Amino acid sequence: MAGREWNPLRRLLALPNESRAKTILVAFLVSAVCAALVSGATVLLRPIQAANRAAEEQARIAALVEGIPGMAALLEQSGGTLSTVVIDLDRSRAATEVTPATLDAALGDPGNWTALDPAQDLAGLGHRPNFAQIYLLRDGDDVSLVLLPLSGQGYGGRIDAILALKGDMNTVAGIAITGHSETPGLGGRIQEASWRSSFPGTELRDEGGDMRFRVARGPASDVHEVDGITGATRTGRGVTQMVRFWLGPDGYGPLLGAIDRGEF
Amino acid sequence: MARTTDPWRTLTDPLIRQNPVTLQILGICSALAVTTTLATAVTMSVALTVVLTLAAGLVSAIRRHIPDTIRLIVQIVIVASLVIVIDQVLQAYFAEISRALSVYVGLITTNCLVLGRTEAYARHHAPLPAMIDAFGNGLGYSLVLVFVGAVREFFGKGELFGATVLPLVDEGGWFTPLSLMLLAPSAFFLLGLLVWALRSVLPEQSEAPEHTPPLRTEPAE
Repeated sequence: MAGREWNPLRRLLALPNESRAKTILVAFLVSAVCAALVSGATVLLRPIQAANRAAEEQARIAALVEGIPGMAALLEQSGGTLSTVVIDLDRSRAATEVTPATLDAALGDPGNWTALDPAQDLAGLGHRPNFAQIYLLRDGDDVSLVLLPLSGQGYGGRIDAILALKGDMNTVAGIAITGHSETPGLGGRIQEASWRSSFPGTELRDEGGDMRFRVARGPASDVHEVDGITGATRTGRGVTQMVRFWLGPDGYGPLLGAIDRGEF
Repeated sequence: MARTTDPWRTLTDPLIRQNPVTLQILGICSALAVTTTLATAVTMSVALTVVLTLAAGLVSAIRRHIPDTIRLIVQIVIVASLVIVIDQVLQAYFAEISRALSVYVGLITTNCLVLGRTEAYARHHAPLPAMIDAFGNGLGYSLVLVFVGAVREFFGKGELFGATVLPLVDEGGWFTPLSLMLLAPSAFFLLGLLVWALRSVLPEQSEAPEHTPPLRTEPAE
């Protein structure tokens, strides 16, 4: 060695590999570089992934609408498209100051969220947005189909879904699962067409107007139930609670009443 | 391990002669899981080859500074970060295939093939040979995956890359798909047959039997 090395990093790197200082230094440097790499990739690619997810959601809605019998004919009559409406859940009517374009910004404001107390909070959400974007299909003056976005706590995390209701606001026309983190092969099967196919025709409430919908444990036994998935009891309960919350008094319940009375 | 420095040998050896899957039986978990169709098999192969090559290059570049006590952790951190980056890229640009591969991209981290190569080769060689070796091993893995994937998709669905090759009975053709091919066990069978075939052609790949069966005459009936 000619002369003393003044760069402290070089002096550390010149230490024997087994010294404690060098071990810690190498561990720290490797983690720092890797952390930067991972964060960089995530941040740079997030906009593209978000666009992908949005496109996928649109495709799911299209597939959901297509899978409902007689839907194609209905769509053609009404001009071929669903209308998108932002709903003010507190007043149960169309929001005046929020449009689909500004919905994301509005939901970024904590003032537009309502805290739920544990008794109300069936779906385990904690907070509920005051605005939601729904899709309507009108047949003349009547609403013949409504698509409602739902979200709730499943077994592995949040489940996002879109539920389609027929014009009587009580019969399910179909469901699409737009996001979940359930166990692949068990709860993850909520995404499969074979499970979702037991939704159409299911009725949410009985004649008395009480919410009866539920994911059964095993095969469905009456018109208010859909088949359960073996080994995914908690996922099934999550779906039950999600539907019950969102179609109940704190979710879309008042809105559905208004639509049913023809006030919407 | 052959200590050759000829880059061409380093690259081509792992294709057949030293194939990591059929000879060393490394990384077969993912080889079985993602080979139901050719498209997922190819994506998985590309992802693994890229991760393996980059990881080998990085590990080799800092090989003189990795303390022995934490060398496995350092290697796994590097591999895991690369896997996350690849997963994010797949999610961004190949959303369909990324969904089909689901958790298996993440499981590249635990693929013993990757750690095996960085630990056995990259830690003792300069970056360029290490990357060539890793690339060759990635190609060897890909070769097996693509073969198994092609056979499974062909006989299981009558398709290759999603394009119908054999018209199915359901759609008015003559081919009845072997649905067993789409289940995991068939990948085991295919891999077993492949290993058997390879070792029949190249007998030097066969391992010495661990036990010699006792010599005995057939019992009289």
